[in-house]
Amino acid sequence: MARKAQPAAPAAQPAAPNRERPAEPERYQASREELLEYYRQMLLIRRFEEKAGQLYGLGLIGGFCHLYIGQEAVAVGLQSALEVGKDSVITGYRDHGHMLAYGIDPKVIMAELTGRAAGISKGKGGSMHMFSVDHKFYGGHGIVGAQVSLGAGLGFSHKYKGDGGVCLAYFGDGAANQGQVYESFNMAELWKLPIIFVIENNQYAMGTSVNRASAEDQLYRRGESFRIPGIQVDGMDVLAVRGAAERALEWTRGGKGPILLELKTYRYRGHSMSDPAKYRSRDEVQAVREKSDPIEGLKKAFAEAGITDDEIKAIDKEIKAVVNEAADFAEQSPEPDLSELHTDVLVGSY
Amino acid sequence: MTIELKMPALSPTMEEGTIAKWLVKEGDAVKSGDILAEIETDKATMEYEAVDEGTITSLLVAEGTDGVKVGTVIATLAEEGEDAPAPAEAPKEAKPRDEAPADAAQKTGEAVQQPSDQKTEPEKESQSEVKQMETGARDLVAAAEAGGEGDVDADGPTETMTVREALRDAMAEEMRADDRVFVIGEEVAQYQGAYKVTQGLLDEFGEKRVIDTPITEYGFAGVGTGAAMGGLRPIVEFMTFNFAMQAIDHIINSAAKTNYMSGGQMRCPIVFRGPNGAAARVAAQHSQNFAPWYASVPGLIVIAPYSAADAKGLLKAAIRCEDPVVFLENELLYGHSFEVPTAEDYVLPIGKARIARPGKDVTLVSYSIGVGLALDAAKSLADEGIDAEVIDLRTLRPLDKATVLESLRKTNRMVVVEEGWPTCSIASEVMAICMDEGFDDLDAPVKRVTNIDVPMPYAANLEKAALVKVGDVIAAAKAVCYR
Repeated sequence: MARKAQPAAPAAQPAAPNRERPAEPERYQASREELLEYYRQMLLIRRFEEKAGQLYGLGLIGGFCHLYIGQEAVAVGLQSALEVGKDSVITGYRDHGHMLAYGIDPKVIMAELTGRAAGISKGKGGSMHMFSVDHKFYGGHGIVGAQVSLGAGLGFSHKYKGDGGVCLAYFGDGAANQGQVYESFNMAELWKLPIIFVIENNQYAMGTSVNRASAEDQLYRRGESFRIPGIQVDGMDVLAVRGAAERALEWTRGGKGPILLELKTYRYRGHSMSDPAKYRSRDEVQAVREKSDPIEGLKKAFAEAGITDDEIKAIDKEIKAVVNEAADFAEQSPEPDLSELHTDVLVGSY
Repeated sequence: MTIELKMPALSPTMEEGTIAKWLVKEGDAVKSGDILAEIETDKATMEYEAVDEGTITSLLVAEGTDGVKVGTVIATLAEEGEDAPAPAEAPKEAKPRDEAPADAAQKTGEAVQQPSDQKTEPEKESQSEVKQMETGARDLVAAAEAGGEGDVDADGPTETMTVREALRDAMAEEMRADDRVFVIGEEVAQYQGAYKVTQGLLDEFGEKRVIDTPITEYGFAGVGTGAAMGGLRPIVEFMTFNFAMQAIDHIINSAAKTNYMSGGQMRCPIVFRGPNGAAARVAAQHSQNFAPWYASVPGLIVIAPYSAADAKGLLKAAIRCEDPVVFLENELLYGHSFEVPTAEDYVLPIGKARIARPGKDVTLVSYSIGVGLALDAAKSLADEGIDAEVIDLRTLRPLDKATVLESLRKTNRMVVVEEGWPTCSIASEVMAICMDEGFDDLDAPVKRVTNIDVPMPYAANLEKAALVKVGDVIAAAKAVCYR
């Protein structure tokens, strides 16, 4: 039986709390401006992804295209706590949302999806392989779980250089069963690397639900045997996510080594655009949307903060324009010149 | 009864060693399992244990003696209940015995059956029961010994140095020059390297830059690759490339493709290095040449040096390279000495082959330990009036086609020598290049001389049969010369 996303139960205590643990996170007290910014970013991701889905349907985007709709609170809640250009982020193939949440221009992301020269990878990477070294956003990796070891390497480089940065490495509930994840946990704790391991548990690894694939389905516990503390977080509540990010950053910036966050979330769309999603019912998806949608959920805090409908409408309009502009740019930009076929294979000439 | 204690072979390819320290003295009673001495091989210092009980009657080789051949009697032991005889009159220095022993005829007989190693059997026969392990690997080493290094790619003074030392010096020099360079892998730090290649690096550079990992190839290859993406310059040592199969995903999917799929935005300057190819009697899972695998991947640089000079000059170039490099060493060559230029900062260009021996009648193309076979074969061919040119490819990707084709234009005949499988090999690639771009220069079909197309067997005779042989190189060279 598939488990539904629910506001997370309070995280259970570990079996043997004989070592230091981070304090339980508190729901973040966001300012009015922060609330508006979270709304703006989550809406941008949602509308961007909806548009990407449309462009896919029109044949403008090819191959695999994994949409982030439903999971917006995770990227926005976590990355709003990071410092762009200092802290590094790395993720798997479902990467559009993480890029948008790090302030990367929607136009060059969309143009990459359509395989155009103006795309962030010059059209050579596509949906799953996008990078922005300036932002310290290191991809965009298509091999499930690879980004976890690579992320440990980014954490290693922060520590080696002493630059004060932390790496945020995202992976899914599916990747959580890859062996290299645990190899990386071991080294990260052994060497006290500044890395936040983030499991985005959207309940399904493609078509396989967590409890059909994971002997320990409480994924936040997966670090325990490496002495990595884990926290389970309601990934549908951006303020809960941001609160957890604060705790995780205190821990890692304090030199205490890695920490593991399990974000309970849900993707509304199929695994990729080619997934008919027959492994779950429409009712299940509908129930989550109605009860736990991250964007609608945030709106509940607006009245108290004195945010008006007009302000919300203005943001909706602005985002619509941004996304349309990105789509137009992505459609109208030329494809890469054929000479680009041979460039960037190697850096040097030999 | 007096038992002779003989210099043991403590590694498959050990020929001689140093008695670093005696832990017993004459007159001491010893029992099975007692440590008698510390013996230094080219790889490590090992403890030498007593097998029999008794009293040490004589120590025949003084502490600190170098070059004690395997099988030399180093001490004698009187068994319990027997009058300990007076210490034997014997020279207190290493002196291998070279009288023809009873079993020598048999061993020599075996050697005769191996056409390629008749003149290169490095070991004099001893009357020892401590026989050197039989292995085809020794034939490869013997060929390298006989073949030498050919022409060194530099002018100026040189010093004799093992491949192992050359590699270590290359890393140390680059680490001194660039703080971003670090070494990571299994046993690279405190153990001083499983094959002693990283010896001394921990002492000089400390644990921040010389990092022991758990046994976790996939993981630490990923950590290294991520660190390179994050702006560092990792040298990732695989204990052998056989184990890199666990990590090949990061080498290919993460390291090799990053620059391309980021549109040139994200660099991955990393060196994956370690021994590759057949070692001695370690059988199928530990004896494989991965050069063709990596050389097929765009985005990688693949280097496989033969000589110590090339090992040094090319490893330095690899560490400075902005691209990911797979640097394939050869365990059998680690202890082998060559001339290395003493010039400060000796760096060689990536992607350039070396003409190890100029010649005009036939071209022998090879890389790594195969170059030793080619050079050895060239010497024999010269005796028969065939002047062979030997090309050491050194870099396998990008491959120096120009040098290969230019040599073909001169000799019109080619044999490719490869310690590896024939199918989809570097030899296959060189042959395809000759067909494609050198067809009009060919006076005979190109031949390849490789290992046999089977997993590496364990049994000594089968292993010998599976490995590439000098005799076959000579035969192939004659065949393409129609002689």
